[in-house]
Amino acid sequence: MHTSFSLLLILSFVVSLVALAAMVWAITRGHFFGGKKAALSIFEEGETDVLDDPASVYSTRTHQFDAVRAGIDKSGRSVVLVFLSVAMFFLLVGSLYGLLSSFKLHLPDWLSQYEFLTFGRARTVHLNLVNYGWLSVASLAVVLWVIPRVFRTPLRRPRMALWGGLIWTLGLIAGALAISLGWSDGVEWLEIPWQISVFLVVGVLFVAWPVIETATHREVEHVYVSAWYFLAALLWFPLLYFIAKIPGLHFGVEQATLNWWFAHNVLGLWVTPMGIATAYYLIPKIIGKPIFSYNLSVLGFWSLALFYSQVGIHHLVGGPIPTWLVTLSIVHSIMMFVPVIAVAINQHGLMLKNMWAFKQSYTLRFIWLGALMYTLSSFQGSLEALRSINTITHFTHFTVAHAHLGAYGFISLIMMGAFYYILPHLFGRAWPKPGLIKLHFWLVVVGITIYVVFLSVGGWLQGVELLNPATSFETITRNIKPYLEWRSLGGSLMTLGHFVFAYHFLIMLKQPKAHTRGGE
Amino acid sequence: MNRPVAILIGAALILAFATMALVVIPGFQVHNLETTGYLEDYTQQELRGRQVYINQGCIYCHSQQPRSFGQTPADMTKGWGRASTPADYVYDKPHLLGTMRTGPDLLNVGARLPSQAWHLTHLFQPRAIFEWSLMPAYPFLFELKQQPAADDLVVKLPSQFKPAGHQVVAKQSALDLVAYLQSLDRTYPVADKEHYLRDQGFDGQLETEQSQEVKNESGEG
Ligand code: HEM
Ligand code: HEM
Repeated sequence: MHTSFSLLLILSFVVSLVALAAMVWAITRGHFFGGKKAALSIFEEGETDVLDDPASVYSTRTHQFDAVRAGIDKSGRSVVLVFLSVAMFFLLVGSLYGLLSSFKLHLPDWLSQYEFLTFGRARTVHLNLVNYGWLSVASLAVVLWVIPRVFRTPLRRPRMALWGGLIWTLGLIAGALAISLGWSDGVEWLEIPWQISVFLVVGVLFVAWPVIETATHREVEHVYVSAWYFLAALLWFPLLYFIAKIPGLHFGVEQATLNWWFAHNVLGLWVTPMGIATAYYLIPKIIGKPIFSYNLSVLGFWSLALFYSQVGIHHLVGGPIPTWLVTLSIVHSIMMFVPVIAVAINQHGLMLKNMWAFKQSYTLRFIWLGALMYTLSSFQGSLEALRSINTITHFTHFTVAHAHLGAYGFISLIMMGAFYYILPHLFGRAWPKPGLIKLHFWLVVVGITIYVVFLSVGGWLQGVELLNPATSFETITRNIKPYLEWRSLGGSLMTLGHFVFAYHFLIMLKQPKAHTRGGE
Repeated sequence: MNRPVAILIGAALILAFATMALVVIPGFQVHNLETTGYLEDYTQQELRGRQVYINQGCIYCHSQQPRSFGQTPADMTKGWGRASTPADYVYDKPHLLGTMRTGPDLLNVGARLPSQAWHLTHLFQPRAIFEWSLMPAYPFLFELKQQPAADDLVVKLPSQFKPAGHQVVAKQSALDLVAYLQSLDRTYPVADKEHYLRDQGFDGQLETEQSQEVKNESGEG
């Protein structure tokens, strides 16, 4: 029995490698995927080689805010706006819950009389709101805005998408209330009771449908790489979530593998593709130059799909799970270097040749820093999956630091950048107070740096101590406390930054028409 | 190939492949495990207590999966127990393995800390027991009474934690939770074939033997 599972392990790996080789072969055969032409397909005449950032004083384009695309943007305008507002709301509430959980970890008697705010519930509401509320809804807004642009055709069925957003939002609010009141399915990342999860599945399908319909009406030959990721993610998430929430399917350790298959895929096949795709569209657009290598980006896409989908069990290293399965996920975690490097060469390659744009555009700073954190958090994640490192970092706050480097440093920063780019195009007017963008940027960058640095160091020490039979739990607990306090400081700065962001968003919405610059 | 639909099909196939590897095949491997014969199903009260554990979110700080001796002797010396195997979890619906150790592992807390009174005091105010503890207090699982009834369980507290003029009495949810905690005991010995179903990636030959010995010893205790 032992050997047959080892064979399976090898088989899975060989299949992935063969698929990868086939990809490389297909790409070298020439213009199979469109190459340079596809990379240029996101630009209109005269858009290359000029900075396009309405929030930047350096943006020299006498900005008509995309007159060419105005017709296309228009169909989805109100849907996108609603999604962005919902995402902003969840960002604020979600961060407040994060901050509350953080303080409670070092002040365990603070507000302890309120059952609905106990750490175990507040932390879970935090995770669900930032993941399913902020990251997911912001991503959907970007999808609804970018897809019609890359396919050069108006969004189909915008009302259906709006309904989808509504159903999703109400479902999530109901889910958060359920958790607060003590009704939870009890599985990490899947706490929302399945009776309520149905709403999330239906909601996302209501968004996916119009997107796919728009794609099938495309009026360009090429499918730009961002659309690859967006379309696949919109297929993956409903499937994953639906399967993972089927009640009574699994229990015991089988359920644990299902749990982490889902939980890593929700990162790897849902929010990560969303973040990468957003950067793939916005970095070249802002700089006005195509990505480094289009074919490489396609290789990156398929290798991400192959490898990321199999890494989930690295969350159970050293656990009551068959050895071959753990090893399988570790191997694929290391293979993740392939897609991560492909994306890095493409995005950073373009960026490094155009550092002038980084200096001139805060929007780009958000997005590129986010892309950089993708590379960093993924390299870190691959190493963290190795047995020698995981034995230290597993079960500790190091994991939480990594989680925020990824979910915050990478995806959240990119989404914030996307807000700064999209809104002026939606309204045909510039941001009222560019200074606030700067303030927002520095608050969150300093905040997340404190957060990640202190928790990584503290978590590492905690992990070393947990392995040492001579260290008492008292010592471990006393030693971790100051690092948790620093995290609260970092988190406070981040949350403050989000309020600056939200305030600016509000005055942008309320700005009287007379102030508009450029036309619709 | 340059078509949205082809992308979607390719994406779906890859996910199906990964699901086979990560969920379906392991599912067959550990499905229908016999229990070891030592482990008993939870009682109704323990199951209610398990729901309290779930809805208060204890899992976010406590794991329930001691590590093998080969990975570290620390879990054993702290009294957290031998490395667990899939058969230890056959009654766990949902599973509660956990991924954090902000607090200690709890898979064998019933063996390590069997006292009901200790747990009630600890849940009401962890700092009444360990001045350094960072665990939240759960006062809402208790009620304050001036005159406890005859069958009320009064929580023992050091004087500085006693509310003036009142006694602290455990609510049913606290009693259920403690019953669940007391039931957590997987100190019985395991056979090699069960051991093979867990991750042995940290166990060299030598360590396996050592841990086997320790396991057997703790199994007798
Ligand atoms: C190559 C890419 C990556 C690999 C191989 C990887 C690997 C890992 C590993 C080994 C853990 C720790 C599991 C444990 O010890 O409990 C982890 C946790 C985590 N990672 Fe990654 N990571 C990668 C990229 C990312 C990215 C890009 C994000 C964000 C979108 C992310 C978000 C998280 C989160 C949220 C957790 C914590 C999960 C939890 O415990 O709830 N990771 N990752
Ligand atoms: C808005 C962007 C944010 C995102 C996307 C995010 C994401 C996450 C994720 C994925 C986890 C689960 C980590 C794990 O299981 O290992 C988590 C936990 C947590 N986050 Fe955040 N977070 C954000 C902001 C914040 C802020 C501003 C704070 C404030 C300090 C914060 C504090 C926490 C705390 C305390 C936990 C629980 C850690 C534990 O269980 O020990 N987060 N967050």
